Amino acid sequence: MPRASAWLVRTALLHLALGAGIGAVALAGKASAALAFALALRPVHVECILIGWTLQLAFGVAYWILPRRPGGPRGGDAARVWTAWALLNAGVLGAGLGGLPAAPGWALTSGRLAEVAAAVLFATHAWPRVRSYTPAQRGVTWPPARPSAPGAR
Amino acid sequence: MPPLTRWFLRTALAWLVLAMLAGVAITVPTFGSEVLHAALQPVWVHLLMVGWVTQMIFGVAWWMFPRPAPARSFGNPVLGWSAYAALNAGLLLRALSEPVLATAPGPGVGAALAASAALQFLATLAFAASIWPRTRGT
Repeated sequence: MPRASAWLVRTALLHLALGAGIGAVALAGKASAALAFALALRPVHVECILIGWTLQLAFGVAYWILPRRPGGPRGGDAARVWTAWALLNAGVLGAGLGGLPAAPGWALTSGRLAEVAAAVLFATHAWPRVRSYTPAQRGVTWPPARPSAPGAR
Repeated sequence: MPPLTRWFLRTALAWLVLAMLAGVAITVPTFGSEVLHAALQPVWVHLLMVGWVTQMIFGVAWWMFPRPAPARSFGNPVLGWSAYAALNAGLLLRALSEPVLATAPGPGVGAALAASAALQFLATLAFAASIWPRTRGT
């Protein structure tokens, strides 16, 4: 697994734990008045789970598993993916906190804009990798030559 | 495909069908009160996002993520199976207790909802801990 994929997947797992933790407190808040404050944290929960966990995990796995150009870099354009990783996580932070009642309006918008930029960067990186390569392009001889039997012509 | 993955994937498929049915139920005006409909809305979303999407991801990740040499182990089976059990027990408890809390609130139902929240949170921690060593960059 390329290093950028490992970071994307691990950050996604952290968002899953954070988002599930906030969601758990909010859910318990439906039953307990002492935890009812957590219901206001719903925007952070949604942003962490939908973007921070699900989308980020998909980015990480796609970067790892999409076909790569034969002889090209292992995962494609790494700089673009690292930038997408930074923007996506800044976006989750901005949009999550920006969705809270006391937050200024620009926080939500700027967070979402950062997420858009991350999506564009990732999509432009992935676009040329959504293709297949023939065995010859990959330098693979197919079908493999069978060893000839002793005495065979 | 390892046994834990089969359990994750088959249970995810079962939740998918249940989620679709819940999605239909909340569109039928004669199905329960408005309060019940409102309580079923988040249940439906979580049946899809937790029961189907997250559980499918857990199952496929457990199967497909790289297994470090030399052991080539899938990971700690206790953590993996604990994640499976806690996720599904928590989701089932939520699907049952959240609508009941909305229509007939009581301390027992509240405690069940809080327990369902804790179980689902613990499931994510257990899964993250079990898969973490398999996400190393090379």
